[in-house]
Amino acid sequence: MNTTGIQVESRTERLIAVRDFVSEAARAFGFGDEDISKIALAVDEACTNVIKHAYRSDPTKIIHVNVSGGNGTFEVVIRDEGVRFNPTQVLPPDMKEYLTHFRRGGLGVYLMKSLMDRVEYSISPGKSNELRLTKYLPR
Amino acid sequence: MSEFKIGQREVENVNILELKGYLDAHTAPKLEEAFQNLLKSQRFRIVVNCRDLSYISSAGLGVFMAFIEDVRNGKGDIKLTNMSPKVYNVFDLLGFPLLYEIFKDEQEAVTRFFDRAK
Repeated sequence: MNTTGIQVESRTERLIAVRDFVSEAARAFGFGDEDISKIALAVDEACTNVIKHAYRSDPTKIIHVNVSGGNGTFEVVIRDEGVRFNPTQVLPPDMKEYLTHFRRGGLGVYLMKSLMDRVEYSISPGKSNELRLTKYLPR
Repeated sequence: MSEFKIGQREVENVNILELKGYLDAHTAPKLEEAFQNLLKSQRFRIVVNCRDLSYISSAGLGVFMAFIEDVRNGKGDIKLTNMSPKVYNVFDLLGFPLLYEIFKDEQEAVTRFFDRAK
């Protein structure tokens, strides 16, 4: 599978287009409905974080979402040029404590890590942030 | 775009919110507004029927978190019903069944308010 991608403005109304794009690519790669839903949700959470935190709700900014796959490994790379935010450094919340204190927010990172097999973050030389979400095709 | 809609009605003094479509960071403010309006008019017995809810992300889950404390302080509750397995999985992944009562159907949830009152 070649790399394909979509670029969207940093606006929450574009999340649906990102989910549709990633779902279609995941289906073409061979995932079933359950995994497709997980991948789409993880990518939604990643893009929501970019919109709110990296780009601080500036709708003129652009989010790049690229998917690639081979050897049973499906990767989605979400790239932005906003403020650095490393979700892999967010500690897993103690969910019981979290829920009993009615906290809000920060659930997205936890979800991403639960839904995908690997979540990696890097800063490339051009000063863009890259979040790489990986899921393996079930054997 | 109308990818998310909320229907509202009352059954035996319980406020039913019917969610339809996709609940994400874009549409979550609509649900927030619906809860705010209920709380403003002191309506704390709330059932959220998720039968036609196709999708939820953490932004949607966050709305339930934001209001549950105020609702319970008002001697009410937010009960959830009719979730598809896909939507339930997301709630379950985050441990929400520990905090919210989730029912298979709406009437069960409505009745539950009166069980408690006895």
